[in-house]
Amino acid sequence: MSRAAGALRPEELRAALQTVLDFATRAGATAADAVLVQQASFSAGVRLGEVEKLTDAREKRLGLRVFIGERSALAATADLTRGGLARCADDTVALARVTQPDPAHGLPERAALATEAPDLELYDDAAAAPSPETALARARAAEGAALAVDPRLSNSEGAEFSQSGATVAYASTLGFDGGYRSSAFDLSVQPVAVTDGHMQRDYWYARSRHLARLDDAAEVGRRAAARTVRRLGARRVPTQEAPIVFESEVAASLLRHLAGAVVGQSLYRGTSFLLGRLGDVIASPLVTVVDDGRMPSGFGSRPFDAEGLATRRTVVLQDGTLASYLFDTYSARRMKAASTGNAARAVGDAPSAAPTNFYLAAGTSSPEEIIASVDRGLLVTELIGFGVNPVTGDYSRGAAGLWIEHGEVTHPVEEITIAGNLLEMFRDIEMVGNDLVFRGSVAAPTLKIRRMTIAGS
Amino acid sequence: MAAPAQPDRFFQDRYGVSPTALESTLGSALSRRADYGDLYFEYRTTAAVSLEDGLVKKASKDVSQGVGVRILSGDKTGYAYSDDVTLATIEQAARTAGHIAGDAGGSQAVALRGTRPPRDLYALPGSPAETPLPQSIALLEAIDRAARQHDPRVKNVMASLVFEHKLVMIVTSDGTMVGDTQPLVRLSITCIAEDASGRQQGTYGGGGRQPFAFLLEGDRHLRFAREAARQALLNLDAVEAPAGEMTVVLGSGWPGILLHEAIGHGLEGDFNRKGTSAFSKLLGTKVASELCTVVDDGTIANRRGSLNVDDEGTPTSRTVLIEKGILRGYMQDRLNARLSGMAPTGNGRRESYAHSPMPRMTNTFMLAGESTPEEIIRSVDRGLYAVSFGGGQVDITSGKFVFSASEAYLVEHGAVTRPVKGATLIGNGPDALTRVSMVGNDLALDEGIGTCGKDGQSVPVGVGLPTIRIDGLTVGGTQA
Repeated sequence: MSRAAGALRPEELRAALQTVLDFATRAGATAADAVLVQQASFSAGVRLGEVEKLTDAREKRLGLRVFIGERSALAATADLTRGGLARCADDTVALARVTQPDPAHGLPERAALATEAPDLELYDDAAAAPSPETALARARAAEGAALAVDPRLSNSEGAEFSQSGATVAYASTLGFDGGYRSSAFDLSVQPVAVTDGHMQRDYWYARSRHLARLDDAAEVGRRAAARTVRRLGARRVPTQEAPIVFESEVAASLLRHLAGAVVGQSLYRGTSFLLGRLGDVIASPLVTVVDDGRMPSGFGSRPFDAEGLATRRTVVLQDGTLASYLFDTYSARRMKAASTGNAARAVGDAPSAAPTNFYLAAGTSSPEEIIASVDRGLLVTELIGFGVNPVTGDYSRGAAGLWIEHGEVTHPVEEITIAGNLLEMFRDIEMVGNDLVFRGSVAAPTLKIRRMTIAGS
Repeated sequence: MAAPAQPDRFFQDRYGVSPTALESTLGSALSRRADYGDLYFEYRTTAAVSLEDGLVKKASKDVSQGVGVRILSGDKTGYAYSDDVTLATIEQAARTAGHIAGDAGGSQAVALRGTRPPRDLYALPGSPAETPLPQSIALLEAIDRAARQHDPRVKNVMASLVFEHKLVMIVTSDGTMVGDTQPLVRLSITCIAEDASGRQQGTYGGGGRQPFAFLLEGDRHLRFAREAARQALLNLDAVEAPAGEMTVVLGSGWPGILLHEAIGHGLEGDFNRKGTSAFSKLLGTKVASELCTVVDDGTIANRRGSLNVDDEGTPTSRTVLIEKGILRGYMQDRLNARLSGMAPTGNGRRESYAHSPMPRMTNTFMLAGESTPEEIIRSVDRGLYAVSFGGGQVDITSGKFVFSASEAYLVEHGAVTRPVKGATLIGNGPDALTRVSMVGNDLALDEGIGTCGKDGQSVPVGVGLPTIRIDGLTVGGTQA
């Protein structure tokens, strides 16, 4: 048997969607849409050179959204038999009858639907043919290279290689019927350094939609090792105000906070610190932020969004000015705007606006130049905790990193917090790195913020 | 569909997987080098209803089903899962998972004996997921009214109700075949308040392995609504939080998240077996002041973190983690217990059939002490009194943990004074509890809202704490 038990062909996926839409219409829905995601994944983990875990997974789930006029309800099911789909449609329509109407509910305008689906190079055939031996070899190579860097790297939380392939199909009673495939390959390693009874761990990783473009395993391992060893001997620093440099990995987390503040649902709910700021200067002139749903091979790329609208490139911040929010159809109607093609949905949930590939455009300074510009301050390499208030932008998170004196890194730092307000932090960006690299759908280069409060000893 | 009385019968009838067929499938996947294997069947119905702008315009129902197959060989794990529950897919998954033990050939005999959980901590008359939608709508509308009537500055109310009805059956190669029916209810409320000074939010909620009626008992839902509104309003008046090390008083209940982050994760068996926890090799040593006794207890009736059996079929238990300051025990699943030469503690948990189990917390709390909460506040000359928190996180290896206050006050000269803005608190797990200098007599468990994430898996948990005083924790405000 070549095909895994239970896996459906693309035409079977589309047939299931049409079937459930037909059942919904027959049950009384005036409009409906449905999404089906079928996924297979494989992962191999090693620890201290030995095989630790192999995982093999197959899943398919269908999500249905129905409308009866201005009323709506949602459902998800893994039961794709005819009987299962009929029950799902009947239950969902029955649910919709008892919800309360909302004039903003409904499918997008037919004219807004995507008419073509460009190939965005999201899929690699290698995803369909996992090889446990090769996967283990990659994980071993990454961990082995990491532990070979320094004798103090004497323990490990292991290394893992994983790959997945997914087919997404979407159809609606507007007549839209589309689908696309995507793949992902991931390699990560987490070494542990031990010295004088103290331990530190850090990690590094590589991600790609194409196996051949995945970073070299040994290089991933060596980078993880360097990140871990440099944390040994970390200590607190006194409470003070100081300039803060965010390494690109942690700078990306600032972009995630920004994304959360520009999506439509945060605006109509009143939970965004950027509500009512369109057209205002809200960041340093060095800051340009772009959402691009069509970056070739991007982790956030898709030919059409979760409502069948064409994805696009939207400039969110232009030289510090808030130029656009991101909308799906519902939030756009609520805010009297037009969808920006940013609808995303978990299979069982309603669409909501989400960033696609969301990044802060690269600047001109090298990370070394940025560090050299700091007389006394902190290079942040890791943030922990959830201390961000989306309504006010107030920010307070646990941090670890490296102390900088006279432009040079002096010692590692831990058990401190950094605090400020996201609006002030974006306004206070003094330097933007030239090191923008995508390892996920949200990315930023190294950023220097003029001043934040460090709480420590 | 009504809740079947016996979940194991449900799976056998629905998917045609007889005990004999399962014995044969599991047995043939166990090659000579395999130590253990198990199957985890799950059928979960989730019903969710939410309100915003005063209207209940969103309702959903989610049915998920699947089976996970695990084979263990030494410290190696093979795991395969599928949402297609047939004997053919289970056999294929079992072969895939069995590769972990190498191609040693052979098979092992499995003889199943059906067992019942030793107790039923959450026997409900029916499934809360079958609550009629009009009842849920009425409850959410009452919440909206209560929050808005609390104060005209409340401008928006978002409330959601999630009912989960989960049937599981666990079949193990040592012969256990046990089923469980696990209900779960959660109500979450967020209020947005606005005045000339700006906008703020407050959140509150609760639930447990409870019937729908639990939410209405003593107008619990209205109390939650007023609490969310109160927190939002309080934050409108909050001043900047202080920055630096200071005395911190934690209120009772949900601030028990301190224990979850500071010591709980560090005492999970996997990290300690691997020697990657800051608590590794500290059994029997002093890791807290003698005022501190901390337990993890999965056997409390109707609690969000409780289970009759864990997700490996082991009955849950009450595990003393710290006794009068001395580290006494770790939380174990089967794999890590066996490799560490310890007994499983009923802490093997997983998010769903799509995940293999790990040692996880259930309900983690500190036992009550002698001081009154008033005495504790009075004893502080300058410090922070934190009574409500958002999330937290810990670096297991370095021991550094954070948790973020969402309602906190300054304490000045023995009295609670002004509310301060939210701030993250940071500390070092192995020594944070050594600084506990007073423990209150007011132990409370949380309302039933906690969800713990580890290695990409989320599971419901509970925490609890009496009021405590910690002499020196770093408060991450902006006022240096």
